[in-house]
Amino acid sequence: MKQFLMGNQILAQAAKDAGAKIMFGYPITPSSEILETWAKFCLKDTSLSILQTEDEMAAGFGTIGACLAGMPAFTATAGPGNVLIQDAFSMAEALRIPTVVMIIQRGGMSTSTVIYSQEEVRLTCFGGNGEGFRIVYSTSGLQELYDYTRKAFKVAWQYRWPTFILADGYQGKMMGEVEISNQQPVISNQQPILAKGVNLRNCYNLEEEIGEIIVNYSDEYNRVRERIEEYDEYQINDAEIILLAHGIVAAACKIAIDKLRKNGWKVGLFRPITLRPFPTKAASKLLGQAKKIIVLESAIGQLAELFKNELYWINVPLIEINKPAVGFTPEEIYKQVCFFVKA
Amino acid sequence: MSANFVEVKCRKAISNSSEGKKGDNTKILPALENSEKETPYPRFGGVYKIESKPHKFCPGCGHPIVLKMLGQVIDEMEIGQQVVFLVDIGCSLLAWDFYNLPTSQTHHGRTVPTAVGFKMADPGKIVIAYVGDGGAYAIGLQHTITSCLRNDPITTIVVNNTLYAMTGGQSAPTTIDKQITTTTPGGKSEFTTLKGPELLKSIAKPQAFIARGSTDKPLVLKQYLKKALETQIKGNFSLLEAISACPVNWRTNAEQTIKRMIELEKIFKLGEL
Repeated sequence: MKQFLMGNQILAQAAKDAGAKIMFGYPITPSSEILETWAKFCLKDTSLSILQTEDEMAAGFGTIGACLAGMPAFTATAGPGNVLIQDAFSMAEALRIPTVVMIIQRGGMSTSTVIYSQEEVRLTCFGGNGEGFRIVYSTSGLQELYDYTRKAFKVAWQYRWPTFILADGYQGKMMGEVEISNQQPVISNQQPILAKGVNLRNCYNLEEEIGEIIVNYSDEYNRVRERIEEYDEYQINDAEIILLAHGIVAAACKIAIDKLRKNGWKVGLFRPITLRPFPTKAASKLLGQAKKIIVLESAIGQLAELFKNELYWINVPLIEINKPAVGFTPEEIYKQVCFFVKA
Repeated sequence: MSANFVEVKCRKAISNSSEGKKGDNTKILPALENSEKETPYPRFGGVYKIESKPHKFCPGCGHPIVLKMLGQVIDEMEIGQQVVFLVDIGCSLLAWDFYNLPTSQTHHGRTVPTAVGFKMADPGKIVIAYVGDGGAYAIGLQHTITSCLRNDPITTIVVNNTLYAMTGGQSAPTTIDKQITTTTPGGKSEFTTLKGPELLKSIAKPQAFIARGSTDKPLVLKQYLKKALETQIKGNFSLLEAISACPVNWRTNAEQTIKRMIELEKIFKLGEL
């Protein structure tokens, strides 16, 4: 069934359709409509509940509390709220609590703007005093907001890593058509994690104790990551120049590529959908043959950094086009790429 | 079942040593055997976890008194199947395996919101947030206040020893006037002392239970603990502060500790608010 909705409404709808039962949240632009939409759902459906908390830390830990009781729960935030909420998700990472979080990126640094950026990549992937054992989906358009939110709940409870939907203010505030699923929820209420006989700790006596646990987590993360990794490609098979972008920037890249192709230039796109775990296997296969890789992002080198960490050995010239906190139009991508094609 | 386990273990130990060589032990053994008949060995009730005993708190600490009383209350009320126990960071974290209850550590100051989340997801459970004065009144004060304001049906137990004990005795909002701590070496004079229950009383619903007890008077404390849990079962917020001793960070001997407790009980008025 098609509906005409705002991105933030789609996220709330997707969480409901996925089987989420409770949301904790603190208002922050540009994510507030998620909380508002969920509040309306709760009026109609008594199996759903909501708590507008006193701050983002309470929202994060409330989500953890509900997950400990076996109830699919989520929260949503942005910018400075993302900074505060990392307190909770470093614990979720340590205790393997399947929280789902929607991050609607706004301008960094600090309080900055309330509109758009891709400045929260590093924070969302590696926030907290841990190793980044997380799953981060970077969506690119309204339909993906819906589809990947549904998926996030399934994946979070299957693998038990904190899972993030990383969108941005443009996607959150954009309105458009979206196909709403009429399938069953992907998840229902689960057995409580904090059940009889379970004593959980996140504070250890010795370095060796926690060191062993981190190593085990790392092994497990690396063992399952290939099953989680996702990417998107566009016109990449014969591409000599490959654009590397994520989120809404990748959508602009696709339009620019169509125009570039008309001029006969072999340009393609590689778009990581999971920023954590980075789709390394696919990237090494598809990007190794390129003559040039151009990274485009609304931040300074945050995506490029992920790429370079994973594919440090790739022997292809890398060009970075950084527009911190500013969006890309297809026209300017076209012009920029033209410049590098001719260069 | 668990009580039997201890008794069997003790009897075994005694019978083993009586078969062994006769040394100094022989003098003690008859006394032990007598005492077994007259007064039982420490009996662990249903919720106490034997494997984690002896507990990890310092000698003279007030925490074990609060935990002992709480365990007795849970057993007497026969609610062990419903209770979920969440502990804060600080000395309270050492209670993470104190009971045979579903227990989790959280982050510093974040036990109350975690408890609220759990309770909302499973209202049939009795959820206890076990925190120190730093967690409840400093880093987590916004959660404590808001939870009280919403009349969340959870029980918060605040063990107040007037300083940050786990980190080495730094000043807390509850530190009293002129008290010497590691961050107020000249004696605290900068702020007045925060009295949590009094602060919350002004915003609490009439049905909420807010009280202050003392580890110096454990049986009174036990009554408060029972009332606090009953209040939660009725669907209302409850917070119980327990004045507690920290001889290690107070740098007090037994006599001085008792003296300090009496002094504290004059500053922090005991009773239901």
